Amino acid sequence: MDSPEESRDLCKKAGYTYPFLSDPDTDAIRKYDLLHRGAGVDGHDIARPAEFLVDASGVVRWVNLTDDFRVRARPDQILEQAKLLK
Amino acid sequence: MLAIPSYVLVFVKFPVTRDVPWVNFLIFAAGLLLLVSGVRRAFRQPEQYGGKIAGPILGALGLALAGFFCFLVFYGTKQIPAAAGAPRVGQKAPDFTLVDTSHQQVSLAGLLSEPLPNSQTPPKGVLLVFYRGYW
Repeated sequence: MDSPEESRDLCKKAGYTYPFLSDPDTDAIRKYDLLHRGAGVDGHDIARPAEFLVDASGVVRWVNLTDDFRVRARPDQILEQAKLLK
Repeated sequence: MLAIPSYVLVFVKFPVTRDVPWVNFLIFAAGLLLLVSGVRRAFRQPEQYGGKIAGPILGALGLALAGFFCFLVFYGTKQIPAAAGAPRVGQKAPDFTLVDTSHQQVSLAGLLSEPLPNSQTPPKGVLLVFYRGYW
């Protein structure tokens, strides 16, 4: 699990401006049932990749649960869904 | 002498470009063609093309690398949990509170209710992206 410091360095290097949150206790990861046990470096638990679009009322409007961690949601795919939000 | 080193050199490059498999498959196809012709040459003119032993060994190595790559792409990277309990469309997204890069507590409820910078109103939604990390 990347620490806030590791994420900060990544954001600086890559120019990301959106919030990067760290989940060292896999709290949110488990709430979303995304725990991938022992898949990290030295057998640490990590998240399986997933993307969720949540509307203003907190309801999930779009989900992408890939079956292959090399394949992720594409920006245009997400933007198309985001435009549907009211 | 030209055919055998060339396919061995081509194979070495595969893992680097595995993010875009179709390119790799094309390279593999070309590599396998070279491999077949290389092994045939090695058998027809062993003195000139490295012999009947080195040819099949390097050929098998090339095939093994191609097989290993296919194993990773078609099987290895798909070994992830199904996430059957993940929130679905229409369900409430579970709230959570985590720390951001400045060690500030950030909750999903907070992200949904607080206006973005340069804005007066809360956002229309929030995109949650779960990364594996180690970047």
